[in-house]
Amino acid sequence: MSEPLHETHLVVNGLPHTVAVPARRLLSDCLRHDLGLTGTHVGCEHGVCGACTVLVDGRPMRSCLLFAVGVDGAEITTVEGCRSAGGGLGPVQQAFQDCHGLQCGFCTPGFVTTITAYLREHPDPTEEQARQAIGGNLCRCTGYQNIVASVLRAAEILKAEGSGEPQGGAPENREGSGEPQGGAPVEQEAAR
Amino acid sequence: MKPAAFEYHRPGTVAEALAVLAEVGHDGKVLAGGQSLVPLLNMRLAAPAHLVDVNWLAELDEVACDPGGVRVGAIARHARVEHDPGAAEAVPLLRQAIGDIAHTTVRNRGTVVGSLVHADPAAELPAVLVLLGGSVELASAGNGSRRVAAADFFVGPLESALRPGELATAAVFPRPPAGSGSAWLELARRHGDYAVCGAGVLVRLDQGLRVASARAALISVGPVPVPVDLTDALGGQPHDAADWAAAGRLAAAAVDPDDDIHATAAYRRHLAGVLTARAAQSAAASAADRLGSEGSW
Repeated sequence: MSEPLHETHLVVNGLPHTVAVPARRLLSDCLRHDLGLTGTHVGCEHGVCGACTVLVDGRPMRSCLLFAVGVDGAEITTVEGCRSAGGGLGPVQQAFQDCHGLQCGFCTPGFVTTITAYLREHPDPTEEQARQAIGGNLCRCTGYQNIVASVLRAAEILKAEGSGEPQGGAPENREGSGEPQGGAPVEQEAAR
Repeated sequence: MKPAAFEYHRPGTVAEALAVLAEVGHDGKVLAGGQSLVPLLNMRLAAPAHLVDVNWLAELDEVACDPGGVRVGAIARHARVEHDPGAAEAVPLLRQAIGDIAHTTVRNRGTVVGSLVHADPAAELPAVLVLLGGSVELASAGNGSRRVAAADFFVGPLESALRPGELATAAVFPRPPAGSGSAWLELARRHGDYAVCGAGVLVRLDQGLRVASARAALISVGPVPVPVDLTDALGGQPHDAADWAAAGRLAAAAVDPDDDIHATAAYRRHLAGVLTARAAQSAAASAADRLGSEGSW
């Protein structure tokens, strides 16, 4: 028996798409299978791990807990949409590289989307706030210390971008451009 | 895993939604935020034949504050209520408790009314509704609507008074009387997880800043939120020097938790006492602050 298909309109990373999907198609699967955007990762598929987090009309949500048909007409931003205007790494992605914020990288797309949205509303977080901001995302490799550092680093990059300074070049940068991992290992020890 | 197939309905009005729900009866399930329902569907713990998506019913997207309290429509998201200044002023307990619901990502989609209807014994909002003496409005085709008091709404674990064919259209969280303060405290293994135990407390002070009345509602220590009157332990005592531990003992004696993989019954009972004592102290301080900032009675 074939399931009825529902025509669904999504604007994904600025591009309009129309897909015909069964009602039970999760947004995560729609992005990956129907649109070929495999940057969105599916971990637990029941809303715990946060790997599938995308922005729906600018707000982070679990794409595995949404039906594609249920967000018909929405604007979706995936990790592919978090790059810079020039097509290179976006500020949050750059921060992850700078701070060694990923190891296997499976959870990273969910962190990048979550942090992108968070920093829009909280441009200058403390370390404690940065830790809270990523509380809904699980990472099994890093131990989180470098991800917290990445949140703070991304805030610096965004601030520098906002003030017209070259990326990463601000002298007050905590990490400094020549020292990618900065103080993170020390922090890690101190936290234990 | 993926959900089983279902027939999807997207009514454009509440009347249409009620007509569909009446038609599909036991086989139908309402989809609002879906932050509890979709995990159940994905794990195939639930497989309703029909899903009625109410997210398109703009008439239910409401957070209205008036002198009586806060009325929250069926599709108002947790995050919206959490950040609504009027709601926070009228019923501070809403913001206090919603902050402990999962994570921002979940609160951006999940709904307040959905949390009530889901009736999870570990959920915050059922206890908030019980503590405030609120109610839920239920509508059904042909039968108009009925209002069910919190005390009657929560029937058992994941079981509310909602009948097949009914739609919970709104919940009303009454404004506590003048002189009141509230606090919410819970303990979870990790921030955002379900609480091992949680306690909301509402304290009302008299003109001499002494406790006039106090009560608590506890979660994760019974099949439904457990209300406890703390007035016997705290009544007549100063707002900053009452016998908080006695309030905690009342709460610990009132609950009857079970052992499970997350905690022993004894530990949950211990937490019920400690969290209630701390929340009561904090609620009394908050009541005194509010009285101070609002001037005299």
